[in-house]
Amino acid sequence: MAAGIRDRVAILGMGCSRFGERWSDNAEDLMLEAFSEALGDAGIEKEKIEAAWLGVCLEENNVGKTAGPLAQGLRLPFIAATRVENACATGTEALRGAVYAVASGACDIALALGVEKLKDTGYGGLPVRTRGVVTDLWQPNASAPGAFAQLASAYQARYGISRDDLKKAMAHVSVKSHDNAVLNPKAHLRNRITIDDVLKAPKVAEPLGLYDCCGVSDGAACAIVTTPEIAEQLGKRDIVTVKALQLAVSNGEEAQFHSWDGASIRTAEVAAQRAYSEAGITDPRAALDLIEVHDCFSITELVLMENLGLSDPGRAPYDILEGRYDRDGAIPCQVDGGLKCFGHPIGASGLRMVYEVYLQILGRAGERQLARADIGLTQNLGGHPHQNVCAVSIIGRLGA
Amino acid sequence: MIEDSRAGGQRGILAVGVYVPRLRLDRQAVAAGHRWMAPGLKALAKGERAMANWDEDAVTMAVEAGRAAIRRAGDARVDSLSLASTTLPFADRLNSAIVGAALGLGSGLAAADKCGSLRAGSSALMAALRANTGCELVIAADRRIPTPASTAELNVGDGAAAMLVGEGAPLAVLRGMASVTADFVDHFREAGRDGDYGWEERWVRDEGFAKIVPEAVKQALATAGVEAVEVDHFVMPELLRRVAGTTAKKLGVRTEAVADSLFEQCGDTGAAHPLLMLAHVLAQAQPGQRILLVQFGSGCDALVLETTELVAAAAQDADWLAGGQAESNYLKYLSFTGQIGLEWGMRAEMDNKTALSAAWRATDMVAGFEGGRCGNCGTVQFPAGRICVNPECGAVDSQTPHRLADEPARVRSFTSDWLSYKPCPPFMFGHVEFDSRARVLMEFVDCEPSDLAVGVPLEMVFRVKEFDRARGFRRYFWKARPQRKAGE
Repeated sequence: MAAGIRDRVAILGMGCSRFGERWSDNAEDLMLEAFSEALGDAGIEKEKIEAAWLGVCLEENNVGKTAGPLAQGLRLPFIAATRVENACATGTEALRGAVYAVASGACDIALALGVEKLKDTGYGGLPVRTRGVVTDLWQPNASAPGAFAQLASAYQARYGISRDDLKKAMAHVSVKSHDNAVLNPKAHLRNRITIDDVLKAPKVAEPLGLYDCCGVSDGAACAIVTTPEIAEQLGKRDIVTVKALQLAVSNGEEAQFHSWDGASIRTAEVAAQRAYSEAGITDPRAALDLIEVHDCFSITELVLMENLGLSDPGRAPYDILEGRYDRDGAIPCQVDGGLKCFGHPIGASGLRMVYEVYLQILGRAGERQLARADIGLTQNLGGHPHQNVCAVSIIGRLGA
Repeated sequence: MIEDSRAGGQRGILAVGVYVPRLRLDRQAVAAGHRWMAPGLKALAKGERAMANWDEDAVTMAVEAGRAAIRRAGDARVDSLSLASTTLPFADRLNSAIVGAALGLGSGLAAADKCGSLRAGSSALMAALRANTGCELVIAADRRIPTPASTAELNVGDGAAAMLVGEGAPLAVLRGMASVTADFVDHFREAGRDGDYGWEERWVRDEGFAKIVPEAVKQALATAGVEAVEVDHFVMPELLRRVAGTTAKKLGVRTEAVADSLFEQCGDTGAAHPLLMLAHVLAQAQPGQRILLVQFGSGCDALVLETTELVAAAAQDADWLAGGQAESNYLKYLSFTGQIGLEWGMRAEMDNKTALSAAWRATDMVAGFEGGRCGNCGTVQFPAGRICVNPECGAVDSQTPHRLADEPARVRSFTSDWLSYKPCPPFMFGHVEFDSRARVLMEFVDCEPSDLAVGVPLEMVFRVKEFDRARGFRRYFWKARPQRKAGE
């Protein structure tokens, strides 16, 4: 196996727009908001950027099929620009393009930008869409909450935990993320909620209620990457590097073969193990100072704690209830509010996760700054539990 | 008594199958909705009428009735298929071809749609019994959508019945028959419309039933050599209230021979009803009994049948009326029939255009629910693929067709989704594991959210998957429903 890209790519600058219902803004406005922050942070002229990757998932009506709107919106100087899409893991996919370009030596400085304008659909939740002319003939056109709710029934069956006990742990996940988002001025949903609010919320897809589901938001996030050497030459003292960047994609085994019981995200297990290996981490529970995971639904975050190797099998509900993943717990999870409350502009989400880890490592997270943050993990998931793409990245201080 | 029927060679009805939708609309709920403008409907407000689910039509009900008949017959080889109905979903696309594909009857099948009047079913049965050779599956199905507040809305029910006709060991054989054809328009329905337009019932009774039915019946009895008084079961759908009784009396058929019209249990199922009533009679009949079957409509069909000693076997199949779920929401019925337009929100606007070229490539997979079974490791997988999904195997081009439609399965995971658009929310779906261990993400139907749990046994039913209202198309696939226990 290849040696990987550990510490070969540094993050020179990052930016993130405010997430939310940005009724008065176009995708180009959101892109510029994130990009301006990143460019200022990087301390370079935009002419230094040699290649760019734009991540947009669903709302092609807003920006179309190419990376043109990125090049035009930011007036990039005729550089290479590519639009990428990998379901809800699109943001990390854009980062992966830029990071690999730098790691390969093809570029010195590259740009990754993810954006999504979801609030031009006219209704709440994600847009309904076709799954392809053949798949539509037989597969139920599942909503995201419906597809992820499957995890809950399968998890209950595997571990014999009651619906009510599982719901309490799921509720804790959401309450924690709301608490965290109160401290984040860029977050979409900045209100505290109670366990009771979660348990009594309108039903969306059994057993998920409204507060088990993440926000649907407009937003953009951006990273400018380079090599650690160039970052140093540019005067950066505190250098944050990519320790690992892994992607695992379902091959049909979960959906079609009987070895999977529906209570886990197989790709997350695979991608996490590869990422730990690439980053040289042997004990993630001890190594990780914070994590940002794909908490599209509370149950997703819950099972991911096991799939990332942070909770023992069957123990995630209890670890969650004991506060292990709260901001003052052993492994703070979603200290920025997560998809749940920071929001989920799909193409931006993977980069938004990295943005939070980056800020925490640099001690720039403001009110929500953690006492210790040297190394963090992001996990970005696209698709449904039975068929998905899963990206795991590990971001850390150079030398950590 | 029929001699030698077990020895084979005798042509007759070999097996029957009936399908009555699970939902049974409470007639009182219908009458209550119209009380303000048609208080007289109260007189018809007794019992329940079978009500197709939002995803059922004449084709899907025909498939279920056909499956029941084939199951009963064991390994019958069906040479031809007749589908009779006045409510076939397609005017130009062979509806019986959809049914034949779902039943897995193969491309060598001769298939025909029989339409045009309520006699479509009886005439199709007649033709099959009169044929010289071959095994024919006759299925009649109707899902009529009467005008709200019409008497038909209360009289009509949705359902299907199938009769497998051929040489072998029949339950009943044909003794005589006759048809009268007359353009007597007691009611009509323009192609493409829903409700019927009908003339005064007293005229229909006196000039139609009283004159046309005896002409057909007398001739049929004469060819059979049977006297009216010898008829043990008089099967005649009651298109008008009490018309079977008065007709029987006029013909000299004994009153106790008049068969139950099943008005209170399911209502008149149109072209399917003579076959459905016949199936009900066969489930109770004794060997050697005479059955007179009459269907009125643009004339009259009359068949004289005689049961064999094998008729007792049909009694095992009489549970099709059971398993109903009372439905008292008349607005829900109107929504299912498309007679009121509810606000379903923008999620309902999704374009369900079907790529016909892709649908043809996938026809075995979709209509026949065919997956692939790996010849190397035995793994059954859906959809079939070029490379086996078993990670320990990975054999290439090793799979042969494996039909999942008739295989029992169980729930592996589930949800009841209130976000997705479905004409009958919540949208229930989940992962299903078949006995062969094949896994498929499937929609659940004919159940309540509380019926779902991991491990619940399932059976497959053929249903409308999506409607494409913009183009007038609909696509079908299989859905999973919890197995009904007898009497449930």
